[in-house]
Amino acid sequence: MVAETQKNLEKVFEKQRKFCKVNEIVEKYKYQKQNLIAILQEVQGEYRYLPEEIMTYIATIMSISPASVYGVATFYSQFSLDPKGKYEVKVCDGTACHVRGSMPVYKAIKEKLKLKDGKFTTEDLQFSVETVRCLGACALAPVVVINNKVYSKVTPEAVKIILDKLLERSGEGDKAND
Amino acid sequence: MTNTVKADIKKEFERASEYVKKTGARVLICSGTGCVANGALDIYDKFLQLGADVKLKGEKHVTAIKTGCHGFCEQGVFVAIPDLKLTYVRVKPEDVAEIIEKTLKNAEVIDRLLFVDPKTNKTIQNPQEIDFYKYQTKKALFNCGQINPENIDEYIAARGYEAIDKVIKEFTPEQVCNEVEQSGLRGRGGGGFPTGKKWNFVRMNKADQKYVICNADEGDPGAFMDCGLMEGDPHRLIEGMIIAAYAVESSLGYIYVRAEYPLAVKRLKIAIQQAEERGFLGDNIFGTDFSFRIKIKEGAGAFVCGEETALIASIEGDRGMPMPKPPFPANEGLFGKPTLINNVETYANITMIILNNAEQYKKYGTGGSPGTKTFSITGEINNSGLIEVPLGTTLKEIVYDIGGGIRNNKKFKAVQIGGPSGGCLTEQHLDLALDYESLKSVGAMVGSGGLVVMNEDTCIVEVARFFLEFTQSESCGKCIPCREGTKQMLHILEKIVAGKAELKDLKLLEELAEVVQLGSLCGLGKTAPNPVLSTLKYFKDEYLAHIVDKRCPAGVCEAFKTIKIDPALCKGCTKCSKVCPVSAISGKIKETFVIDQEKCIKCGACLTSCPFDAIKEEN
Ligand SMILES: Cc1cc2nc3c(=O)[nH]c(=O)nc-3n(C[C@H](O)[C@H](O)[C@H](O)COP(=O)(O)O)c2cc1C
Ligand code: SF4
Ligand code: FES
Repeated sequence: MVAETQKNLEKVFEKQRKFCKVNEIVEKYKYQKQNLIAILQEVQGEYRYLPEEIMTYIATIMSISPASVYGVATFYSQFSLDPKGKYEVKVCDGTACHVRGSMPVYKAIKEKLKLKDGKFTTEDLQFSVETVRCLGACALAPVVVINNKVYSKVTPEAVKIILDKLLERSGEGDKAND
Repeated sequence: MTNTVKADIKKEFERASEYVKKTGARVLICSGTGCVANGALDIYDKFLQLGADVKLKGEKHVTAIKTGCHGFCEQGVFVAIPDLKLTYVRVKPEDVAEIIEKTLKNAEVIDRLLFVDPKTNKTIQNPQEIDFYKYQTKKALFNCGQINPENIDEYIAARGYEAIDKVIKEFTPEQVCNEVEQSGLRGRGGGGFPTGKKWNFVRMNKADQKYVICNADEGDPGAFMDCGLMEGDPHRLIEGMIIAAYAVESSLGYIYVRAEYPLAVKRLKIAIQQAEERGFLGDNIFGTDFSFRIKIKEGAGAFVCGEETALIASIEGDRGMPMPKPPFPANEGLFGKPTLINNVETYANITMIILNNAEQYKKYGTGGSPGTKTFSITGEINNSGLIEVPLGTTLKEIVYDIGGGIRNNKKFKAVQIGGPSGGCLTEQHLDLALDYESLKSVGAMVGSGGLVVMNEDTCIVEVARFFLEFTQSESCGKCIPCREGTKQMLHILEKIVAGKAELKDLKLLEELAEVVQLGSLCGLGKTAPNPVLSTLKYFKDEYLAHIVDKRCPAGVCEAFKTIKIDPALCKGCTKCSKVCPVSAISGKIKETFVIDQEKCIKCGACLTSCPFDAIKEEN
């Protein structure tokens, strides 16, 4: 029973800490509507996605409607309303990468992580996969970026090896690489 | 925050030159996005670690310097030693010790690290003799790869911030606008609108606040020129913006950078801070009453935000939806105030015009399109990278002289220029001069300047589908023809590549293209059908092959592939039937197995499973 209450209290604190960080971010941007995108970017940096309750909270403290926060969050592809994995795998599907075979790489990743059609994040929240548009390294196409590390001239075989290494590491419970 | 630093450009130049001289023999390590991906930073660290007190030939002090992109990303990591007229390519961290011992200490050349000319198979030491560089005219990119972009002194020593000094001392705002108009410079962001004219519009609008915006959204996938410029020479962009601000009498500027360029953002932030410290940005610049500051806004991944009115909405913190024009930003832009908006490369051209003059500037390029233009060449080409040539250079010169021709000796098929808004150029256009007018005349456009080269193995219909998928997913949804029309067009193209289309679909596709062109508000919708229309014009037979013959001539489209078991080779070992995920393969042990084409999903799993190579893919 005591343990249970303790756990609940932990949850409340957790939530407060959550909002605390959001407060800090919104404060830093002076509650200005024109900084909404930057605010959401930082909040997402903190949580790896935009939880609905936090979006509503941001709207409240900034005195704008939740719809306008939600509107911005859904308009820009950078924002995610679902949790992302610890390792964010971004497969470039810009023109240069597409022409040099980014799709087979993308398919290989989804296959390797056992992600079926409509799913982009693994059950254990370790990996999420998405395609992005041009990362500015087209001469090295096809390009894959995993947590800001750029891998160049990737092939379906190579990407499996890269993932194997990360899978091993995440199995050991290591922290995400920078 | 008044600025107490009063910049004196002559003193700054002397000081900076002195500083650069002290760097002695420079070892330039390319640290653009591409080379960083290939380990440039490790190489730099190794140089710092091992080469701290090395002297070139035992005489001259050596400094390792991280530079922006050399352009030849394909061959990265690039390490150049100008004192020895020497460039090493594809350098790895393991090579550093050897470079220090042999090349730096003893001026010995390491053949293994030299560039090999693919045409003659000979090694080349001096980068100026490599075809990729020989045929270029670097103007806007002049400093890229030569200076440390994170150190303002290196820019100043290359005559940086001299143009703004000259402008403030010698020009009225009107004279600046006129000089730029005289130069004939046209916007490099795609439209090609005369820059000086735009500046004059903004200048003549009186308001208590005006804004200067730099469009660094570079949304065209496959183009990275602006990225290279910002990473390699951020101060040139900043100086161009300061001059623009002086000319249109603005005190606040924004650089809108797309989210996918973290390194560019980092270098711009450093550059802005340094320019503030030196008094080139801030209040009372050069002791005058002209004040100007620059803020950075990061985009969040929306192609349509490259459109100027959408970009403005995005800076204001809204969804980036385009607005009808007029009012033009020059009249009512950011926060309803007159706003000047130009592309990164447009601003990067300004200092050149001021330091020399408009007439000098016009020496390059053609009458209607003066100056040089950066292009990124990628795709199925030998020398991918970032280049700069005078406008009016032919496609052939770019693809064959600079680009070194098609990879793996394949046949040239087409070049897509201007990304998803542009069109394709084919063999018949190889002699076409690339400038604003001539490209327009063949239904393409300079656009951002992204050139994606395709060879005989590229399916042109698939490429058209790819672009339409792009514009469709990036449509902001405001106009019905763009939102729904592109969806229907995409649907038809998907049917074509899946082998399910009929001839009447092609007609519908053309009709839809017209509707989308006519009924859309902004450039995104208006130009979305371009890739389809231009490929239809030059490669109609390929469309017909997909529709009528149910065949993909390039052998790309999966729907037309069949996977078959050769009965002569099959020994009935059963391996393939075990790996097939949909149980499409059946047969009896030691007899010939067959694939049920109805069930087969063409995943190719069986191809590698056969020990006798009996399974083959056919088009
Ligand atoms: C859909 C769309 C995307 C655009 N993307 C860009 C871009 O990424 N960069 C850019 O400089 N201009 C882009 N433009 C053009 C801008 O609207 C604008 O014309 C340009 O920034 C003006 O600068 P300039 O006169 O220096 O070319 C785009 C236009 C449209 C319609
Ligand atoms: S044409 Fe398309 S992208 Fe442009 S405003 Fe209309 S719907 Fe939006
Ligand atoms: S298209 Fe992939 S990095 Fe540019």
